[in-house]
Amino acid sequence: MLKIRDLCVQFETRNGRVDAVRGISLDLARGETLGIVGESGSGKSVTAFSMLRILDEGGEIASGSLTYGGIDLAQADDAAMNDIRGREISMIFQNPRAALNPIRKIGHQIEDVLRQHAQATAQDARDKAIAALEEVEIKDAAARYHAYPFELSGGMCQRVVIALALACHPQLLIADEPTTGLDVTTQKTVMDLIQALARSRKMGVILITHDLGLAGSYCDQLVVMKDGEIVEKGKPDALARTATHGYTKRLLAATPHKGKKLHELVFDGTAHPILAQGDVLLSVQDVTKTYAGKSGPVHALRGISFDLHKGGCLGLVGESGSGKSTVSSIIARLQDASTGEVKYAGSSLFDVPAAKFAKDPRRSKIQMVFQDASDSLNPRHNAAQCIEEPLRHLGGLGRRGRQDRVNEIAGLVGLPTSLLSRLPHQLSGGQKARVGIARALAVEPELLILDEPTAALDVSIQAIVLNLLADLRRRLNLTYLFVSHDLAVVQMLCDNVVVMRTGQIEEVGPTTDVLASPHSVYTQQLLDAMPTPMS
Amino acid sequence: MSTAAPQSFVSHVSYVLRQNPVTMIAFAMLGALIICAVFGPSLVPYDPLASSDQILQPPNASHWFGTDHLGRDVFSRVIVATRLDMVISIGAVALSFVAGSILGCIAGYWGGWFDSIISRGLDMIMAFPLFVLAMGIVAALGNTVENVIYATAVINTPFYARVVRAEVNIRRDAGFVQAAKLAGNSDLRVVALHIFPNALPPMMVQVSLNMGWAVLNAAGLSFIGLGVRPPTPEWGIMVAEGANYIISGEWWLAVFPGLWLMLAVFTFNLLGDGLRDMVDPRQRR
Amino acid sequence: MSQRARIIAARLLQAIPVIIGVVTITFVLTRALPGDPAVYFAGDAADEASIQQVRETLGLDKPLPQQFLIYVGDLVRGDWGDSLSTGQPVLSDLSRRLPASLELTLLALLLSCAIAIPLGVMAATKPGSWRDHLCRVAVTAGVSLPTFFTGILLIYIFYYLLDIAPSPLGRLDFLYIEPERVTGFYLIDTALAGDWETFGGAAKQLVLPAATMAIFTLAPIARMTRASMLQELSSDFIRTARAAGLKRRKVLLGYALRNALLPVVTTLGMVFSFALGANVLVEKVFAWPGIGSYAVDALVASDYAAVQGFVLAMALLFVALNLIIDLLYAVIDPRIGFEGG
Repeated sequence: MLKIRDLCVQFETRNGRVDAVRGISLDLARGETLGIVGESGSGKSVTAFSMLRILDEGGEIASGSLTYGGIDLAQADDAAMNDIRGREISMIFQNPRAALNPIRKIGHQIEDVLRQHAQATAQDARDKAIAALEEVEIKDAAARYHAYPFELSGGMCQRVVIALALACHPQLLIADEPTTGLDVTTQKTVMDLIQALARSRKMGVILITHDLGLAGSYCDQLVVMKDGEIVEKGKPDALARTATHGYTKRLLAATPHKGKKLHELVFDGTAHPILAQGDVLLSVQDVTKTYAGKSGPVHALRGISFDLHKGGCLGLVGESGSGKSTVSSIIARLQDASTGEVKYAGSSLFDVPAAKFAKDPRRSKIQMVFQDASDSLNPRHNAAQCIEEPLRHLGGLGRRGRQDRVNEIAGLVGLPTSLLSRLPHQLSGGQKARVGIARALAVEPELLILDEPTAALDVSIQAIVLNLLADLRRRLNLTYLFVSHDLAVVQMLCDNVVVMRTGQIEEVGPTTDVLASPHSVYTQQLLDAMPTPMS
Repeated sequence: MSTAAPQSFVSHVSYVLRQNPVTMIAFAMLGALIICAVFGPSLVPYDPLASSDQILQPPNASHWFGTDHLGRDVFSRVIVATRLDMVISIGAVALSFVAGSILGCIAGYWGGWFDSIISRGLDMIMAFPLFVLAMGIVAALGNTVENVIYATAVINTPFYARVVRAEVNIRRDAGFVQAAKLAGNSDLRVVALHIFPNALPPMMVQVSLNMGWAVLNAAGLSFIGLGVRPPTPEWGIMVAEGANYIISGEWWLAVFPGLWLMLAVFTFNLLGDGLRDMVDPRQRR
Repeated sequence: MSQRARIIAARLLQAIPVIIGVVTITFVLTRALPGDPAVYFAGDAADEASIQQVRETLGLDKPLPQQFLIYVGDLVRGDWGDSLSTGQPVLSDLSRRLPASLELTLLALLLSCAIAIPLGVMAATKPGSWRDHLCRVAVTAGVSLPTFFTGILLIYIFYYLLDIAPSPLGRLDFLYIEPERVTGFYLIDTALAGDWETFGGAAKQLVLPAATMAIFTLAPIARMTRASMLQELSSDFIRTARAAGLKRRKVLLGYALRNALLPVVTTLGMVFSFALGANVLVEKVFAWPGIGSYAVDALVASDYAAVQGFVLAMALLFVALNLIIDLLYAVIDPRIGFEGG
């Protein structure tokens, strides 16, 4: 149905011409689901955009052919393309709420597409739109027709986007990272829906994702891209055996899944020894947090209690709104709790209010590594200044001493000293993550709180950073509180796990136990949504 | 990703200038204006206040911009007026920049009651059409140049305060701010040294727009008789006096000061983007 | 929808403290005069007795809070003081002259939007092109020109040199008779009376002053439209619309422009501020009998009651305009009421 031959796509940028896609070829049969897997910069999204010719300004197809149903999409004129878009080939994107017109009712948006492609008249457009909503399993479709995007949840918005794309019964659906940004449990339902619709309509699907595990679960064929080229093709269940390219093997290794061990993420990784745990270092006792919201009080935390032993690594797992970030922020003394107690090494952390904690001698003992590396580093400070900042107030060292310490800690986290004079926007994601870790370690803390430190990183970089974190924990005798939504990552790194949901603890216990036999239904749902190994 | 070390500030500045010719032209014009302001009185051919019997002469070789109804050389008056208008606008903008930044930081960072009170106060000022408020303030306090500066500063403060408040608010919960607190900084240091410098790029645009606007404001006030008074040379007064003569065809009394005024304001307006690029760390290669 | 109604009611209530603030500031301005306020309000020609009378009427010998209450009481009763130059109560002077200013300002803004919005859209569809740069330069030049200078230039070119425009001496040339006063807006009143000749005469007089003001307000509207359009055009939902095959024109106008106009509406408030300020200058240049020229004359004559009355009137007018804009925005943006505005 779709044949791509030697496709080359180029972009005009500030620094000259950039080859985003360098001669790729692939085939898609009718009703087949193809997965294009790659990390950032691989060119996978550019390939998808060029299929519908909706490249950004400055991008163009330099050479090659894109044959669909006999027409070469690379050469077709705008009118022909407009006819194909939405009717023959449709596309859905990530971040579903932003993909819908915020001030237009969703029913009207679907009607616009139907009427554009003459699939409905003014009279029956409404009924057809409601029918489209029902196809994507939206309950009360007739009432939802009048809704605006901001009134719907993320998962429901994605369903609407799918309804929009499938309204004219296209033969091919391109899904560009459709589950990024959605909750883990919602991701599964959305992917199941797409799979079901593809089967019932005998529709071809191209799934573009960075998640090899996700592609493995839902695709008939897989293609792996790196730096604009295809490095591997194959069937998911056979890929582990038949993979020839080094990059594919690295990607397979780095993809977390149930049962994987941390050192298996990287080549020549050595198993991390199990560390003995000491006394209770951190004791959280019945902490609650309520604050005033727009429509009444918001109970972010409703009584959280757990213990963390010295030398241990506790995983705090939850989806958005679970309160996990609030807990970590309270423990780090960046905000105060409403009620409850947190004891650190026996003494209460709450005897000093959060606003004054900066001057407390215990400040250097508890440090934090942040999530989104792009706003966790001051855009005006270079890497060395970022790392040095805590030393200026908490280290007690002179200028010479601070510089030496910065170099020392940079070496410890594997950051080359040549990068120390760079500003954050000149560093890659992995390098910024290392700077964030170095900054947290500079003042020799005992307890390190890691708030989703690898969520924004490519899978292969994540593998390296996670192993680095495990290594540092052993060498520097640290205690970790690891906050994440990703159970697959947590099960590799953490001895114990706490599962949170809407401000309460659903489950707590050693990781192996919780994963083998969870007590709560919610934990089971999270486990089901974890990707399974691909072989 | 470049592998070379990042540039120093000076080489970054020259890069910005080379990249955008409009910015370079704007800076050149700014340079010319500053020279006029500082050295003007010593460079002009005639005494701006000296009247002569050469009344209403059109532009000629000895009087490039002609003479006015009292025989004074228009060119000399236009150049000398630069100093007064620049002093008024720089003074007003500097005052409102400092006041607005402080108020905006307090309102944006601590929020709560501070924010309510400060925002209400700013709203009260913004509830007046700004030129009208300046008129009212100068009329009430007295017809002096200092009062023009204060009045202009008062009406400009809300713009800065709003921009700073918004920028501080956005960054209040950013990772690097929390990291700064973890590093042992007090709240005051966090706002002043970590958050506020990041608000500078959008402020720069505001600063240059405001400079232009302050000049227009001062000229407008003197046009209707407030602030600067004749015989002091000032662009607004000169246009006002020249307006009477334009109907009868003596255009040079009003047109030259007006054009010069326009050039000054235009320069400031063009500077904004260039200044922002210089101060924005993300523009550094 | 009741949530939306609640937001609208809240916005109306919010206007009250603003009005209180405005009245307070004007009060402070009346009492901030250096020296004895009574002397200023009595005027140059007053003798000791009338100064004392003024002092008593205004309650200047009483404590400040009491003075404030007297002041507010007077305002509400309609006593805004008497003008020294016209001898009339300030409030009646202002209300007589207000329609002239409103007609001019509103027409100028309509003209400005009609030019600036298409200009902004055009610049946004081809960012970085020569069209975009030209728009930006032209618009920046317009805002760099002081309004009084633009007015004078336009008079010089179109009246003196080209002889197209009528003489800039007010709202109607002396040939025409004023229409019967229904709204005070000449264009509306002449149309209502069917008097098309006078309509033409009034329109001719309006062209130059309205154009002068419009040139000044072009820049913020065009700039905001351009920035807003650029933001919408690069947003995700436009990409979805393109991928769904919607026609380019529909995407541009129906989807992008409608969304882009929302921030432009909020900018109008600031534009009104500029416009009302420019109004004063334009009225002086064109001898337009509105409240702006009233204030300028009052300033020259040291007629303080009139100046204060003018400042207060302008502020109240501005508050009303901002209120209308906010309410308009609350009506057309469906997200208001859900996210709390």
